[in-house]
Amino acid sequence: MSRRKTDEEYRQTGAFRFFRWLSGSKDAYIDTVEMKPQTEAVETKEEEERREAEHKHAVEKAYDSNNRAIIVFNKIYRLVAAIFTVFLLVSLIYAVSYLPKIGDADNATSNEVARRYIENGVQETGAVNIVSGMILTYRAFDTFGETNVLFIATCCVMLMLMLDEKILEKMDGRDDRRFEPKSDPILKTMASFLCPVIFIFAIYILFNGHLSPGGGFSGGAVLGAGMIIYVNAFGFKNTQRFFNETIYKIAKISALCMYGLIGSYFYITGANHIANHIPLGKVGELISGGIILPINIVVGIEVACTMYAFYALFRRGGL
Amino acid sequence: MLVLTIMLLVFLIVCSVAVSFTKNLFNAMLIYMSFSLVMSIVWVILESPDLAITEAAVGAGITSVLFFITLKKIRAISLEDSDKHADNMENHKSETLE
Repeated sequence: MSRRKTDEEYRQTGAFRFFRWLSGSKDAYIDTVEMKPQTEAVETKEEEERREAEHKHAVEKAYDSNNRAIIVFNKIYRLVAAIFTVFLLVSLIYAVSYLPKIGDADNATSNEVARRYIENGVQETGAVNIVSGMILTYRAFDTFGETNVLFIATCCVMLMLMLDEKILEKMDGRDDRRFEPKSDPILKTMASFLCPVIFIFAIYILFNGHLSPGGGFSGGAVLGAGMIIYVNAFGFKNTQRFFNETIYKIAKISALCMYGLIGSYFYITGANHIANHIPLGKVGELISGGIILPINIVVGIEVACTMYAFYALFRRGGL
Repeated sequence: MLVLTIMLLVFLIVCSVAVSFTKNLFNAMLIYMSFSLVMSIVWVILESPDLAITEAAVGAGITSVLFFITLKKIRAISLEDSDKHADNMENHKSETLE
């Protein structure tokens, strides 16, 4: 039987420090970085007057129609801009005139890579949609990088725009809907018809990515757009019943990890010429195509979360 | 089909020129949205329906919505007087409720 540690002893263990760090109850900067208390900026009347006078002087100087230097500068600016635009236009058209004709047999694009994709793609990937089969099996590593880019982009937007929960509660949707009408009847009625259709269409695109046009990114984008319409019509309170910050975190991170797991199995077997044990199934059926179907679903979840999170963070600073 | 393609491509050029000449940011956004929508039809004609779906959802939908929110937040889109009035009324109401 294990001995129960006292509180003092527990405080010295690594586990305590780990969970303290995880919950964020200890500020890492206290006692390590020298900090000064923030003071409110106080401006005396003289300073304010001087600042305003300087500002006024600068504005007058900049918008003075008799200022010779500015007139000359404006003329040169327009001339240089026109010359630059014409130069860009001419050089682009010149470059385009050297491009090979579309559909020509001797094009640089119709080499052995494209031929291999077209000839062996269906047997090797099990996907009727060659584009999907290409980007999710032959080029799965590239797509993994793109999915990571989406993840990092949302992280950056969150760092910049996410507000504290206390501030969000205080605002309580007042700032959120300052410029928009509340519960617009036209939008509500249309959304109640459109949203289910959009969601079903998005899921159809996701699940048929290997059979018909579409796939992870398209389906996820449609799903995110549908969620944005839903939020606009019914407000954040209704959306938070099925999609709040916790679900967002779980969905996004587990989607990325799932892609990493499935993908790394695929890269390792592919790079070392080991037999791939994921069955490809019968070509043309819904459950076929090996790893394409799960990866499509995972990418779709990731993209839908990203799109919705962008919208929510831009609009009110929280999910 | 060729006539339709040429019409759409001319529309794209007109859109891209018009966006640089408009002074109103709201109009610029609407032109951008119509550009994306026509572009998605052009993708279908070019036989890449994958891109058409993505263009319609991301280009015409989500990007423009994000632009609209940003312009509203930085107050670059001027509000109509009636909206301002309603906004004031609403703020007043919510304050009295508290």
